[in-house]
Amino acid sequence: MALRKNWKAPKDAFSQTGRAFRKSLPILVSVLMLLALADTLIPKQAYRRIFTGNELLDPLMGAVIGSFSGGNPITSYIIGGELRQQGIGMLAITAFLVAWVTVGIIQLPAEALMLGKRFAIARNAVSFCLSIVIAVLTVLTLGMTG
Amino acid sequence: MKKILEKMGFEGALSLLVLIAYGILAVYDSNRLENALSTLAGLTARIVPILLLVFGVMFLTNLFFESNALVRFLGKESGYRGWMLAIAGGIVSSGPIYMWYPLLSDLKERGMKDSLIAAFLYNRAVKIPLLPMMVYYFGWNFALVLSIYMVLFSVADGILVQSLMRKGTEG
Repeated sequence: MALRKNWKAPKDAFSQTGRAFRKSLPILVSVLMLLALADTLIPKQAYRRIFTGNELLDPLMGAVIGSFSGGNPITSYIIGGELRQQGIGMLAITAFLVAWVTVGIIQLPAEALMLGKRFAIARNAVSFCLSIVIAVLTVLTLGMTG
Repeated sequence: MKKILEKMGFEGALSLLVLIAYGILAVYDSNRLENALSTLAGLTARIVPILLLVFGVMFLTNLFFESNALVRFLGKESGYRGWMLAIAGGIVSSGPIYMWYPLLSDLKERGMKDSLIAAFLYNRAVKIPLLPMMVYYFGWNFALVLSIYMVLFSVADGILVQSLMRKGTEG
C-alpha cells in the first residue's frame, strides 16, 4: 500500500482528526439523544399490533417499522423472535430485521449532514427496497432448501 | 423556518429540536425522561470505546496515507479491490452505524466512491459476533442464507446508490 513518502507530523494528523471529530460530535450527540427517546417512547409490544397477518402488507410494514427503529441488532432479533412465536410470517420478520440494520430514519439527519443529503436519501431508499427483496429471496431460498 | 436553518445550521436546528423534545418530556412525564436519560447514559457508555477506535483509524489514515493513495484503493479506479475492502471493512467494523460517519465523511472528501461507502454501510448489518444470537432465534439456515444475501446485495446497494447520485465520484 502506498504510504506517505513524508509522513505528516503526528501533531498535524491529530489536529486534523480532532477538527473532523469536533464537527461530527454535536450531530452524533443529537442522534444518541433521539435513539434514547425513541427507545423510551416506543413500547416493544407496539410492534405486534402493527402486523395484520396480510402476506403482502406485513413485509412492507416490517420494513417500515424496521426503518424507524434503531439500536442494537440484538433487540431486533428478540422482537423478531417474539413476533415469530406470535405467528407473524417470516417474510415480514425478515424485512423487519434487514431494515432495522440497513435503513436508519432516526439517524438520517446525521447521515445527510456528514455524507450528503442526496447520498443519505438515495442510500436509505435503496436499502428500504432491498430489505423487502432480500426478505422474499431468503424465504424462497429457505422454502426450496427445506 | 428557512431563516432559522440558515442562522443555526442544520446541526444546530437538530440539536435544538432534540432538546425541545426532552424539555417537553421533562414537563409532562418525568418518569419517562428518567428512562430516556438512563438509556442515553447506557448508549453513551457503549459507544465511547467505538468512538476512540474510529478516532484512531482516522488519525492513522491522516498520518500515513496521501489522498491519492486512498483514492487508488477506494476511489474511481479501485475496481474489485475497492469492493472487497468496503465489504470486509463493513463486516469487521463494530459499534453503531453512525459512529462511522465521521471517518466515511473524511474518506469521501478524499475521494472514496459513494458506491463503496454505501457497500461499507450495508455490510455493517452482517454482524459475525451476533450470529449465535440470530441462530438461537431463527436457526442456522436462516442466519446463513440471510448473511449471504446481505453481502451480495451490498454490491447492488452500492451500484444503485451510485447511479442515483448525480454528483460525487463516478462508480
